[in-house]
Amino acid sequence: MDYLYYPGCSLESAGKPYDESLRAVFRALGVKLEELGDWNCCGATMYMSVDEPTSLAISARNLALAEQDEGRDLVAPCSACYTVLLKTNRYLRESPELKMKVDRILGEVGLRYDITVRVRHPLDVLVNDVGVDAIARAAKRSLGGVFFAPYYGCQIVRPERGFDDPENPSQMDVLFEKLGAKAVYFPMKTRCCGGMLMTTFPEVALQLVKELLECAVENGAQCVITTCPMCQINLEAYQKRVNKKFGTTFDIPLLFFTQLLGVALGCSERELGLQRNLVPLKGQLAALAA
Amino acid sequence: MRTDGNRIPGLLPASEQELRRTFLEQAHHVPGGERIARCIQCGVCTGSCPVSYAMDISPRMVIALFRAGEIGQILRSRTIWICASCYMCTTRCPQAIKITDILYALKRTAMEQGLFPERFPVYLLSKIFVQNVNRYGRNHEVLLLMLYYLRRNPFKLLRLLPFGIAMLRKGRLSLLPSKIKGIATVRKILDASKALELPREKEAVEYAEGVVGYRAVG
Repeated sequence: MDYLYYPGCSLESAGKPYDESLRAVFRALGVKLEELGDWNCCGATMYMSVDEPTSLAISARNLALAEQDEGRDLVAPCSACYTVLLKTNRYLRESPELKMKVDRILGEVGLRYDITVRVRHPLDVLVNDVGVDAIARAAKRSLGGVFFAPYYGCQIVRPERGFDDPENPSQMDVLFEKLGAKAVYFPMKTRCCGGMLMTTFPEVALQLVKELLECAVENGAQCVITTCPMCQINLEAYQKRVNKKFGTTFDIPLLFFTQLLGVALGCSERELGLQRNLVPLKGQLAALAA
Repeated sequence: MRTDGNRIPGLLPASEQELRRTFLEQAHHVPGGERIARCIQCGVCTGSCPVSYAMDISPRMVIALFRAGEIGQILRSRTIWICASCYMCTTRCPQAIKITDILYALKRTAMEQGLFPERFPVYLLSKIFVQNVNRYGRNHEVLLLMLYYLRRNPFKLLRLLPFGIAMLRKGRLSLLPSKIKGIATVRKILDASKALELPREKEAVEYAEGVVGYRAVG
C-alpha cells in the first residue's frame, strides 16, 4: 500500500501533532505515505466565499500534480482540504464546460488534469484499506477501558457523501472499540465546532464548543478524539474561555484520532506529538501513552 | 423594508431586480443551484442548523424572503455571515437544495454590492486569507490572525498574546510563512482564472427576474 499525502496548511503549524502522529501511524503499519511535492493551499471555505472560480482553479493544481504520479490515492487529513478537493473533482466531473476552462488555465502552466485522482481521508484508508483486523493484529498495547467521545466534525462526512454515514458515522467507534477502548454515547459526533466563527463571531462559536464539551464530559468521556485540525484547536484551546464565560470546569484532553491510534500501535509520545497538546493527558490515559 | 413608493403589485422594484440578478448569476455557478425553486418551506434546514439560534433570519426564511422579493433584506442580514458551512441543512433537505452553497452565493453577492461595514469580520478575514494564499501559495495562520486583529481590533492581539506564546512553546506555531516553489505557477493560475467565468446551469433559467412569489421561481 502506497499513498500520496496532502498535509494542508494547518498541519504545518497548529495541527502539527496531527501531521506527526499520522506519519507515525502509517509507518508503524508499514503503509507508505509520500508528501505531494510543492502542494499549495486548497482554498478552504475562506477562499470559496470570496471567489469560487479561482478557488477551484488553485485546488485543481494540487490534483493535477497528484495525477502525474501513476494512480496513487491522495490522502488529505484536514476536513476542509478533504471537502474542497472532493468538491473540485465533482464540479469538474459534472460540468464539462468548466472542465474545459480549467484545462485551459492549467495548460498555461504546463499541467493537465483528467479527474482520475481519488481523494481519501486517512480514517477511510485505515479502516477500509488497511482494515480494522490488521490494525488490531499490529497493536502493541490495549487501550483497555479508555472512554472516548468520537468527534467526526462536519466536513468529512458532509456534503460529499463519502465513506461513512453523514448523520451517524461509526468507523472511528468501530476501530477503537476493536482496540479495547470504549466509545461513550455522543450524539453530537457530527455537530459543527464553529470553525472560523471562533475568530469572526466568538460568542457564537463558544456556545457550540461548550455544548460539545458538555456532551462529551457528561457522558463520561476521558478524552475527545477528532479527525480535523479546526475542531481540535477550537475544542482544546478555548476550554479556558468557555470555563470563564459559562462557569464550567472543563479540562478534557483533545486528541487527534491518529494520536490515540499511535498509542495502541506502540509509538512513543514524541513520535505522536503528545507533548504538544495544550491539555495534557491524565490518569489511565497518560499511563498508557508513557 | 420597501422604499420605492410607486410599486406595481407583483413586480420587483428596480433596486431589488438588480440584487436578484447579481444573486442569480452567483447561484448559477453552483451545480444544482436551480433547485432552490423546489423549496417546500418545511424548516428542516433551520431545525438542523447549529447556529440558527444566532441568526436574525432563519435559513427557511431566506428562501421565503427571496420569493417575496425581499432579497435586500437577506443580503443585509447577519445570517449569511453566521453560517459556519457545516452542510447539515444541505444533507438533510428533502428537496436536495444546496442551501450552504446558496448562502455562499449570497455572501459573494453582498460582497460584490458592498452591503456591509468596512471592517466587517468575515469579509476582512476572507480577504486577508486570499491575500496570504496569493502571496505564498499557502495560508499562514499567524499572519492571518495578526493582520486580521490589527485591522479589526488591535487590543485583541494583546489578549491573544498568552495563547500565542503557549502555542509557540508547544511548537505549534510557525513564525514564518512557507512559500511554495511553484508560486509563480500559482500566480499564473490566478491571472488566468480571472478570465474564467463559470458556466451557467443549462436548465437554470427558470426564474423570471422581475416577478415576485411562486411565479418567479417556477
